[in-house]
This record gives sequence, C-alpha cells and structure tokens, in this order.
Amino acid sequence: MKVKVTVNGVAYERDVEPRTLLAYFLREDCGLTGTHVGCDTSSCGCCVVVMDGGRAVKSCTMFAAQADGHDILTVEGLADGGKLHPLQQGFWDQHGLQCGYCTPGMMLTAYALLKHHPTPSEADIREGLAGNLCRCTGYQNIVKAVQQAARGGQP
Amino acid sequence: MSTESKPGGSLGVAMKRKEDPRFIQGKGHYVDDISMPGMLYLALVRSPYSHAEIKSIDISEAMKVPGVKAVITGKDLEAAGLGWLPTFHGLDKQMVLAIGKVLFQYQEVAAVFAETRGAAADGVEAVQVDYAPLPVVADPFASKTDKVILRPDREAKTNHIFHWEVGDKDGTARALAASPKRISQRIWFQRCHPAPLEPCGCVAYFDTMGRLQFHVTSQAPHVYRTALAIVTGIPEDKIHVMSPDLGGGFGNKVPIYPGYVCAIVGALKIGRPVKWIETRTENLTSTGFARDYHMDVEIGATPDGRVTALHVATAADHGAFDAAADPSKYPAGMFGIVTGSYDFPTAHAEVDAYFTNKAPGGIAYRCSFRVTEASFAIERAMDILADELKIDPVELRRKNFVRKDQFPYPSRLGFTYDSGDYHKTLDTALEALGYQALLKEQAEKRAKGELMGIGFSTFTEVVGAGPSKHFDILGIKMFDSAEIRIHPTGAGIVRAGTKSQGQGHETTWAQIVGEELGLDPQNIMVEEGDTDTAPYGLGTYASRSTPVAGAAIAMAARRVREKARKVAAHLLEAGEADVEWKDYKFQVKGVPAKSVTMKEVAFAAYTNMAQNEPGLEATYYYDPPNMTFPNGTYVAVVDVDRETGEVKVRRFLAVDDCGTIINPMIVEGQIHGGLTEGFAIAFMQEIQYDSEGNNLNTNFTDYLVPTSLETPHWETAKTITPSPHHPIGAKGVGESPNVGSPAAFVNAVVDALSPLGVRHIDMPVTRDKVWRAIRDAEARKT
Repeated sequence: MKVKVTVNGVAYERDVEPRTLLAYFLREDCGLTGTHVGCDTSSCGCCVVVMDGGRAVKSCTMFAAQADGHDILTVEGLADGGKLHPLQQGFWDQHGLQCGYCTPGMMLTAYALLKHHPTPSEADIREGLAGNLCRCTGYQNIVKAVQQAARGGQP
Repeated sequence: MSTESKPGGSLGVAMKRKEDPRFIQGKGHYVDDISMPGMLYLALVRSPYSHAEIKSIDISEAMKVPGVKAVITGKDLEAAGLGWLPTFHGLDKQMVLAIGKVLFQYQEVAAVFAETRGAAADGVEAVQVDYAPLPVVADPFASKTDKVILRPDREAKTNHIFHWEVGDKDGTARALAASPKRISQRIWFQRCHPAPLEPCGCVAYFDTMGRLQFHVTSQAPHVYRTALAIVTGIPEDKIHVMSPDLGGGFGNKVPIYPGYVCAIVGALKIGRPVKWIETRTENLTSTGFARDYHMDVEIGATPDGRVTALHVATAADHGAFDAAADPSKYPAGMFGIVTGSYDFPTAHAEVDAYFTNKAPGGIAYRCSFRVTEASFAIERAMDILADELKIDPVELRRKNFVRKDQFPYPSRLGFTYDSGDYHKTLDTALEALGYQALLKEQAEKRAKGELMGIGFSTFTEVVGAGPSKHFDILGIKMFDSAEIRIHPTGAGIVRAGTKSQGQGHETTWAQIVGEELGLDPQNIMVEEGDTDTAPYGLGTYASRSTPVAGAAIAMAARRVREKARKVAAHLLEAGEADVEWKDYKFQVKGVPAKSVTMKEVAFAAYTNMAQNEPGLEATYYYDPPNMTFPNGTYVAVVDVDRETGEVKVRRFLAVDDCGTIINPMIVEGQIHGGLTEGFAIAFMQEIQYDSEGNNLNTNFTDYLVPTSLETPHWETAKTITPSPHHPIGAKGVGESPNVGSPAAFVNAVVDALSPLGVRHIDMPVTRDKVWRAIRDAEARKT
C-alpha cells in the first residue's frame, strides 16, 4: 500500500506492506537509522519519535499506514542546520549517554515533555521519561541533560 | 574539576566525550543500520520444549512462502561439518541448530532465509517440527542425581560438568570445627541477564574476492575471527570481522551465537548478504545469561569477631551446554576472590557445575568472571556473622580488613592483591554518609516499630585478565595491544584490541596518549573493532580494557616517546642521553630554555629526521604482571513499609577506589550505570523457569529494567590508591558498581527486618518476598 509521511520536513511517499511498522518505515524505507528498536513489547522507548509537533509515539507500536498524512520528527531532524538542539547539547554536556542506543528516543520523549512542560521539576522529568529505558547511565545525567535544555541550553 | 583538554596534563580531566556528536545526531552506526544490496533476512525457528526428541522437521510449507529462499536445519549443518561450535573456553561444544533433540526452550532448530523481515517470520511459522517431549531437568540439584542424562553426546555419561576447588580443604574444616562461633547460609545468586538495549545481530557476506565480511555485535572481534577460522575452515586472512557501534554489551556480546554461524552459512550457500537481528525475546531466552550460583557459605569466628575460616561450596547451573565465559584454566572464573576484603587465616572454595534444560551461559555480566557471585556471598555472609555476634557490621568489617601495610597481600585463595586502603575508603564513606546520625535515627524508628535499614558492602574485585601464564580463551593468551601513529602535524591515531560498548574509549584512550606524549587528545583519533586494522586483542569485558589495553596504550606511547627522543636530540643538537622528557616536552638537561614540543618533533620525524628512522609510530602488546584489585565501600539506606513490603532506597553512597582516574566524568557515569544494574538485580530481575523448563521472563514486561522513576539518586565519592604495577596506576571501574552494590541493597533490607528476626532473603528482593518475610516473622512471634 502507498503511504505518505512527512519526516523532518521532507515528504516520503513509499509503497509498503500493510504490516510495516513505522519504526522500520523510518529506518528502511526512509533510510533514517537514528530511530532504534530495542524490544518487542513497547517497553524500551528506543523507537520514540514525535508526531505532529508534540506527541511522543513509540514507532514500533504504530503501522506506517497510521502515520499516513502526519508529520514525524526523528533524531535526524533535531538540530537546526549545524546548530545542535538544546537537548542534544544537554546530553553531550551532562554525559547523558554512554552506548547511545536509547539516546534518540530519550531526547524525543524529552522534546515532547518540554513542549508540554517547559519548566519541569526533576520529578516531572523522571515521570516523563519513565517509558524510556536506559541500561548505561542510571538516568541521573539524563535528568540533568533535560534540565539544561529546559534552562535554555546553558550547562 | 577541569573539563578543558590541553596538550599534556590530560589525565584526570572530565573531558566531554569525543564519540557523542554522532550519537546525539542519530549518526551512530549499529549493526542493524547496515544494509547491503540483495540482502536477505534470517529468522530462526526455536523450540517450544525444554527437552524433547526431534522426530522430524518438514520445511516444505516454509519453502512455499513467498520470499523464502532457503531453510536449513541441524542435519544440513552437520553434513557440512558445522553442526557444533566450541563454547567460549573450548571445553564443551554447542549445537548450532538442534541435532536429534532440543535441550532448552527457545533453542535454535532451523534457519529461514527470506527476501524481507516479514517473509522470514512467515517462513518460521510454516516450518513443521514434530517433537516428542523428554523428562525435564530444571535445576542443578535434580541434575546432580543423573536420573536423566542430558548430554549423551559427551563421553562422560553424567550431568556433572566439573569440580573446581581452591584453598586448604582440611585446614579449613579443622579451623571451622574449632571456631567458637560459626554461621552458615545458602545464598543463591539468581539467574539474570545483561539485556543490553541493542540485541545481538550480524550482517554477513562474501565479497568479490571471496572474503567473508562479517559485521557483528562483538565485544571481542579478534577472538571471533580466530574462532570462525577454526570452526568454518575459512583461512583467517579471508575473514574480516567488524564490530561497529554497540548498544551496550555487559558481557552478553562476548560469546559466538548460533545465529551468527547460520548467517555465514546462508551467505555462502545462497551467495547473498544475510542479516540476522535477534528479537528481545530471543536475546533474553537464548543468549548468555549470568550467575545461577547456589552458594553454601560458612564462616568461623571468635566471639569478639575475628574471622577464622571461610568455606564456600557452590552448585552452578550452566544450562544445556557449558558455554560459561570463563578462561580455559579457570572454570569457575575468579571465584577465589570470595575471601573479599578480609584477612581470612584459612579458606576453601569449591564449585560443581551441572547441565540443566535451561539456556546455556554463565557469562561475565558486568563483572570479572564470577566475581559478582563471590562478592555477594562474602558481603552477605559477613552481615549474617555480624548479626549472629551482635556486632556492628561496620566494626566487624573494620576488624577483619586486609590492612594497608599488608599489600601486596597474598590471599589464601591464590591472588596477590595489588593495593588498597580499605579503612580509609570505609571512613570516607562513613563521614560522607553521617553514619552516627543514621544509627541514631534508626534506633528511634525501631523504638516506634518502623523498619529502616543501613546496608554495607565493602568489596574487593579482581579484574584485568590477565597474566598470560594463567589466562587464555581457546588457548589465546589474555594480553592486549595498542598501535599508535603520530602524524606530521602532531595529530595521531591509536588503535586497540578492545571494543567500547559505551565506556567512552574514543575519549579515554586519547587522554592516555595525550598525557604520555604531550599532545592534544582532541586530535588523537581512536579506532577499535576492525580486525583488519586493529592489533590483535582479546576485547572488552571483565573490566580488562583499562587494566590491560590502557596499559598497552601507555606503553606504546612511551615507545613513541623513545623514538621521538632521538629526533629531539637532533633538533636540540644535543646527545640523546642529555635530552629528558619533562613538563610534556623534550629539554636539554639543566637547560629548560632549550626545548622542543612533541608536535615539533613529530613534524621533524617526517621532514628533518637526520640519520634516524623516519616516521613516528609504535605497537605494544601488554601482558600484565598481575590483575588489578578495585575496591570500594557502598552503603544503602532503605525504608521498608511494614504493611506492604515496599522498599524505598532513600540514599545510596558509592565510594570507589579504582586507582588513577583517566576521566572523572566517565568514571562517575560508569558508577551510576553499574549501580542501576545492581539495583535491578537486587530488587526486580530474575530469569525464572518453571519445573517444565519454561522460561517465564521472556521480554521487558516480565524481565524488568528499572526506569527513571524507580532508580534512586546516586551519591559518589572516591579514594585513590594507584595500582603499583599498572603503567598509569589505573585499575578499572566499569564493573565495581554492579559487583559491589547488590549486597549493599540486600544487607540494607535485611538490616531493616532484623528486629523481626529475618536473617536472609534471596534476590530479587521483591515487595512480595519482603511482605512474606515480615508476615512469617510476625507469625513466629505470636
């Protein structure tokens, strides 16, 4: 079937199997491999992308067909040209990542969180990120990274 | 704390990670990101039974599925001489695809190759396997009876794999019998799983020259190359192993798995690239698990708390094949570290391993081989002894610590501890914690019937395998290596036989080179994981990167420096003996004004080297003279809800002594991560099997990974006692928090419940288990 999805401002029209998950559509049909897959049960959040400007969705739990006609933001679309997004800068400055596998999903969940709560408390951040697993960092520096981004990017 | 990198003085700097820009922009390069023209997808048929005879396999329906190109079974592989592959240490073999019978649930039975991911999954569904169930052996104690022999393929018709022991058996028995006080406890370290967020996988193809190009999630790419050459018969020069960015490893990506072999066979047979990426369920059910040690611990002591003897007897559940990741001569790994930080006059440890109908493994999950098991056993048992003697567990530890003046300390179980100052590390923790105030608060709460616990773990690890006279894998000695090339402009590249999985080698290796050569680490590129370019190394696991490869890098840099000295002498118009390396540059002795920088020397090495050999590079293969012994004091403070059994970790303090610190930001990050994994093991994780051998924790809804909500806030502090034998005094740290923390958590919970008479709870210490322990204790009292 044909689906047309706008990803990071670029329209991708592709012919896919109806069962194609959005995560694999992004990775294999659009070639945007920054979105990762880490489980089969919607538990890990490695695949989170932002839909229509503010909704964090697990792209392994949506069919590509369900994204037809929608706008998707992936990690590849976070930076503004050569300038890192405050979340990207925060993750780098605060050592908010180690292996990097959860990082794109973590940043996009935080992106949607900050859209809705521009000045979150630590508890808000921890609750907001609870659908994203990280095996490396213990979350403490991820929280700091999001706090830095919320402050406007100052370390 | 300085965060600026500069030429020289780059050790101990919290330099931001050089690898991060690609990860934060979605430009990481993981195995599943690789696509090849014409690539096929591999999916595996797996057994629903834990022990069953395979009566027949019918692939005819699968071959009719649109897109399916081939299906292979164990018989096909056996005919090609590839039916079995040697396990990690080479002491056993495991089936690639089941031959004759299956031995654990989710065992690989057939391989389906198809044009798309979906078609491969459809093909798997269409393979018909007729199983005849056999009696199941689901624990090592049932296995011990040999009523059902699981591995008739082996010469010895028994489920017993090995008996290993170390120490003075008779002396320990005598000392225990003569001890006025004795405690004993069975301590089970449950089966758990490293579960890196990126599952295992590979892409295999043969290039136009017939050379195997193999991209794989491997923590030890060189060992893979050699093992594949041995298994497949492909000459080693015709195998190129590349381990790209790894989404975590934690020991899970050390063994070679059947999916890898099937992908290579498929690529050869069909003549097209093959990708295999396991699912999370496949990862949790079939790849290397960790622990599953049942340890009977006995300690003897004097009434005033001086330990006299330690005995530990262990039944180890190795699963269906002996695929434990332990060096060849050490089937129970470094379990001899079980005397821990304490000066036992005599000790004896033994391990008996058994086959069961469970997934194979026993890998070194974020720990040097079997160190976490040992550390948990002794730290838990010391608390039980303290409880028995009515002595503060801190005082019991202090009284029995190996003293600073005893280093290098020969332990009774065969190790020579390199350095440490356990009393200082403990005191640092007590002060940072405010221990006396916490004890006071606890006494007040106890008077009111509230349950508050303080748990200590004062562990010693043994990492950095290792001296080649002791340690090998498949016969390959456990050295490591580095190659450094300095370019004309003073930039350079370092290649090592290790493989980062998130540890930050691209930053820390550059910092070592920067420190040794007075160059800017920002301009030292680090490359790992490519067997065509990196010098041969044994890889990254068991906290061996910094102790072994880190040392190799420092030594290679010093070789570069010696070569550079000749060029410097030429530039300074001085005799070589008159040129010294001081303040990160070459100087004429006694004439500081006459100096040249390494950058200037590097340029001269290519442009003005006089009679000296051109170029500036060196390689070093480092064979460590000893292991290193990181240690620490960890403290957990918990509140337990008497009504619900809920445990709240109020505080957790980790004081680590990992010797010289290369990058404090990265060290702290490693500690946060390891503590979180230890927290998970202590409170929520277990791979459980029922009596029929069914795996009950097959995904992240049943095998829990802590989220940001449950994870406590981590406090850290440090003492620094450099390793005397390591070139820069570093010891390794990545695994300490996972090794040391489970005991602190459990000791805290048991301490909270001790007024009720609770002495031990096996991990994971779930709310349910705590609630039952409280209920049972209260029932006993009434």
